[in-house]
Amino acid sequence: MRVCARVSMTFMARIEEIRSLFPALSRKVYGKDLVYFDNAATSQRPQSVIDMWTKITSESNANIHRAVHRLADEATQAYEQARDSVRDFINAISREEIIFTSGTTAALNLVAFSFGEAFVKEGDEIVVTEAEHHSNIVPWQMMCKRKGAVLKVLPVDDSGHLRTEMLDEILSDKTRIMAVTHISNVLGLINPVKEIIEKCHASGIPVLIDGAQGVVHSKVDVQDLDCDFYVFSGHKLYAATGTGVLYGKKELLDEMPPYMGGGEMVGTVSFEETTYAPLPMKFEAGTQNFASAATLKSAIEFTNLLNDNELVDKLDKIRDYLLDYLRSDERITLYGVPRGTNEEKIPLFSFTVKGIHHEDLALILDKMGIAVRSGQMCAEPLMTRFGVTGMLRVSLAPYNTLEEAEYFIRCLDKAIKMLQ
Amino acid sequence: MTLQEAENAIVEEFSMYEEWLDKYEYLIELGKSLTDYPDSAKTDDKLIKGCQSRVWLDYKVEDGKIFFNADSDAIITKGIISLLIGLYSGRTANEILSSDFSVVEKIGLKENLSPTRANGLVSMIAKIREIAYGTEGLV
Repeated sequence: MRVCARVSMTFMARIEEIRSLFPALSRKVYGKDLVYFDNAATSQRPQSVIDMWTKITSESNANIHRAVHRLADEATQAYEQARDSVRDFINAISREEIIFTSGTTAALNLVAFSFGEAFVKEGDEIVVTEAEHHSNIVPWQMMCKRKGAVLKVLPVDDSGHLRTEMLDEILSDKTRIMAVTHISNVLGLINPVKEIIEKCHASGIPVLIDGAQGVVHSKVDVQDLDCDFYVFSGHKLYAATGTGVLYGKKELLDEMPPYMGGGEMVGTVSFEETTYAPLPMKFEAGTQNFASAATLKSAIEFTNLLNDNELVDKLDKIRDYLLDYLRSDERITLYGVPRGTNEEKIPLFSFTVKGIHHEDLALILDKMGIAVRSGQMCAEPLMTRFGVTGMLRVSLAPYNTLEEAEYFIRCLDKAIKMLQ
Repeated sequence: MTLQEAENAIVEEFSMYEEWLDKYEYLIELGKSLTDYPDSAKTDDKLIKGCQSRVWLDYKVEDGKIFFNADSDAIITKGIISLLIGLYSGRTANEILSSDFSVVEKIGLKENLSPTRANGLVSMIAKIREIAYGTEGLV
């Protein structure tokens, strides 16, 4: 007993220590301790990330890849070290396969445009799923419109699982690419992306994985997955805003034309003909967001620090607690319900409460100090699928605690009673 | 009661509640009191754009006065529109347009509710003013 107590005290001290590294987590809102449960939208930043950004901006502020002076060298090094960190983090074969973007949205637009230019013609088909964020729908729609291609959709079932058994009828010899989310930002279920990739590859179809949530909640190995593209945002992974990553297989990226023209993405330029720079610079036109991109290194170091058994175990327990409650309260409808074990789900819960508008709940919870998301979560087709105008979403990070989850449940109950 | 007096009364009423949750309780009650908006008038042309929840605002002009009616699928938003209607319904276009609508700032609604585009407070006020402008010549 005593040993247990000591372990748990040490562990609690550790959680407190981790929380203390995030300046935002100690603030109060409306006089109450902040409970930040909107991590799927963006995570909070640890001091190391803030320090990295400040260091580059205050000491090493110079445009990267261009000048030969000392400051430019420091900024370039920091930027390129971040690229190495990302390569290592997702186990890409080479650093040329890591393209920095402003976020998941920019990465998806880049692929939809450039892949479309290289490989899609009239009558071809692109496959997405019903569980996608607007960012993984609209760029493909725009490309389809431009190319005269057709967008096809793999549906989800009532529990929110992708109906992968329908892939055979949806994929065809006209399918040029399939784009699917690793983990939906609404449903929080880990999709069987490896199985989907295998299936698509058997027909020679490349697959893009939207990893905006996936990279935060699972260990991503792009070689093991064998995905053709994997995209994610830095700001959901503790890095600065305006950061994102496109991983792409070199042979595909080489075939794709640049998305934007400009400085540093070229080989030689004349008014008659321009040749392009090799990867990854071909896709990084203009002055990059180098101070923010550099923070990906600190952010990844931090992520690795958080990725230990003790912390993962703690977050799993909180997930199980919230899942049990939200499944059993009859006033609540949860979307994205595990069919098998709880391991299918990340600590992200979208739900509706019978007879109560999600916005009312979010407003009241806010005044209780709890930050949650309400609305369509940029996934209107999914809202339509479930016949709702919006949902309430709580999404947790490793720095959240069971006490916060318990407080949230008490406040949710109170808010529901106020509104009934 | 003049419009100014009504606005002052609301400011006073709100100042009694120190806690935001109590202010919400008050708005929720106001929202619940708004019950006679017909489903048949829940049409797209009466929807106020810019709100996360749906808000319908209808009006009629009688004896030179504008009478508003509204509904929303979210109760706090409904409370807010109910509060606005309570102030501005049954007034002339001139009266409405003479108001600077600072009442919403004085009771802290603007500061605490509008930054999130959630409830579309700004859109509601704009719509009320637009209706008043539109009927100005008629009354």
